[in-house]
Amino acid sequence: MTVALSDKANPAKTSYAASLDAAPLDEEELKRVRAARIESIGRWVVPLAILVLSVWLWDRICIWNEIPHYILPRPGLVFETLLIDWPILWVALLNTLKITFGALFIATAGGLGLAVLFTQSKWIEISFFPFAVILQVTPIIAIAPLILIYVDSLTASLLICAWIVAFFPILSNTVLGLNSADHNLRNLFQLYGASRWQTLRYLRLPAAMPYFLGGLKIAGGLSLIGAIVAEFVAGSAGSGSGLANQILEASYRLNMPRMFAALLMISVTGILIFLTMNLLSHLLLRKWHESALKREV
Amino acid sequence: MTAMAQTNMQTDPNPAIVSLKGISKTFSNGTVALNNMSLDIRQGEFVSLLGPSGCGKSTALRIITGLTGPTSGRVDWPQETAGATEHELSFVFQEPTLMPWATVFANVWLPLRLKGISQRQAHDSVMEALEMVGLAEFAKSYPRELSGGMKMRVSIARALVTKPKLLLMDEPFAALDEITRFKLNNDLLHLWETFGWTVVFVTHSVFESVYLSDRIVVMAARPGRVVNDMAIDAPYPRDESFRTSAVYSGFCRDVSQALHAAMDAGDDM
Repeated sequence: MTVALSDKANPAKTSYAASLDAAPLDEEELKRVRAARIESIGRWVVPLAILVLSVWLWDRICIWNEIPHYILPRPGLVFETLLIDWPILWVALLNTLKITFGALFIATAGGLGLAVLFTQSKWIEISFFPFAVILQVTPIIAIAPLILIYVDSLTASLLICAWIVAFFPILSNTVLGLNSADHNLRNLFQLYGASRWQTLRYLRLPAAMPYFLGGLKIAGGLSLIGAIVAEFVAGSAGSGSGLANQILEASYRLNMPRMFAALLMISVTGILIFLTMNLLSHLLLRKWHESALKREV
Repeated sequence: MTAMAQTNMQTDPNPAIVSLKGISKTFSNGTVALNNMSLDIRQGEFVSLLGPSGCGKSTALRIITGLTGPTSGRVDWPQETAGATEHELSFVFQEPTLMPWATVFANVWLPLRLKGISQRQAHDSVMEALEMVGLAEFAKSYPRELSGGMKMRVSIARALVTKPKLLLMDEPFAALDEITRFKLNNDLLHLWETFGWTVVFVTHSVFESVYLSDRIVVMAARPGRVVNDMAIDAPYPRDESFRTSAVYSGFCRDVSQALHAAMDAGDDM
């Protein structure tokens, strides 16, 4: 290989475009380029088409079976309700988002902080990890009523509920990541007399980054779920009410279109959170981590 | 340099930089990795520890670094003032052991960074070290963009950036292909001749050890111990013509015989 001989050849991958310019393609290569192009377009078009098709089918089923709108509203009506009820739903969405992101923030800070604490001392980990597991395995819906009774502020109790659901994946993933730093690198740090803080800052935290981001991806979705569940249990109406309260209230009035509209907003919010976390993860890891690298096959 | 002179400290003009005195190491599972090993590494030497796997050569290296303590015996640093906790040494692992999230520059900067030297203050030293291994233009690259040989060079640059007196290398080129290994052998020899450090080089290759070193310590396994201490009196600089010379093959034959004798004695195979 030239790489070994010159030791200077740039091993950066050549793109398809570059290879297209470089040499005329034979039949086989043309076929491969075409297949790659079809795949890159299909990746977007196919799921979109399926989505449109299923919405259309939903609409048709309502028509064919003459389902009344108070049982199953047609998609058009849901969309219309979304626009008409926007002022109410928008405020509710903001309330839910406030809880979701508040909880995610505390879960990130708490999960990361606890993980660092756990890895600094074996005894702290042994003493407190069981509590983290207990909080995780007890269904939030069972603890929520207690929290609502004990905590005066509604916002605070909602935050606590959402936090309990969201912090565990960050904690357990980060602990795993902090402990998975390369052993030789740890020896190297020791050899150069690195302090505990330096080892954490320059070695263990960067090594834990991919694991932490994996935990964050899960926690993002879970904090939304936690917020919604907590709202359901709290069941409050009024100025602090979120999307879950809107769904509850609409269900009492058999206002199916609004239930669907609120549901749609929750789903879209969840998807956006997921995409944001994916983007964040990609931006932070693209330079070095295997998971974010594209490879030629 | 004869074997007699090597064992006689008083008549030797080169003082020992580190000396192992009756080092034994028994692992917790009962394996005796080293049994009563004594060795003086003198300033400016290129010493290879050669032996089959399990002969404790890597363990000896780790004991010199202080990463592992010996079960008995002691490591002396005659040239250092008493009570010095850190020795002026660097270590090159078998794998490049780079931080994948950091650029080549940041990887080489690491030893200085850990001593509290800022990026700006360290810049010249880091670039100088990268220059030595011929990778200055790759300062901003990430390790994954480099070939195996280049990663190893970065690892060597990181070891050199602190200007150590003693360079310890644990089979650094074992995972590389032969062409790259030859090239890095030459580069390493060139740097050693230029800067005059002391090198302790662990290897299981007779040919590599003869090519590089002016002294080969042959070790045997079960228990790990020193069985032979051979001088390689060929003059430096050594280059490709030395690799094909009759002198070189003569040394290789002697060292191979010593190694086989060691392995037979230890009933290793």
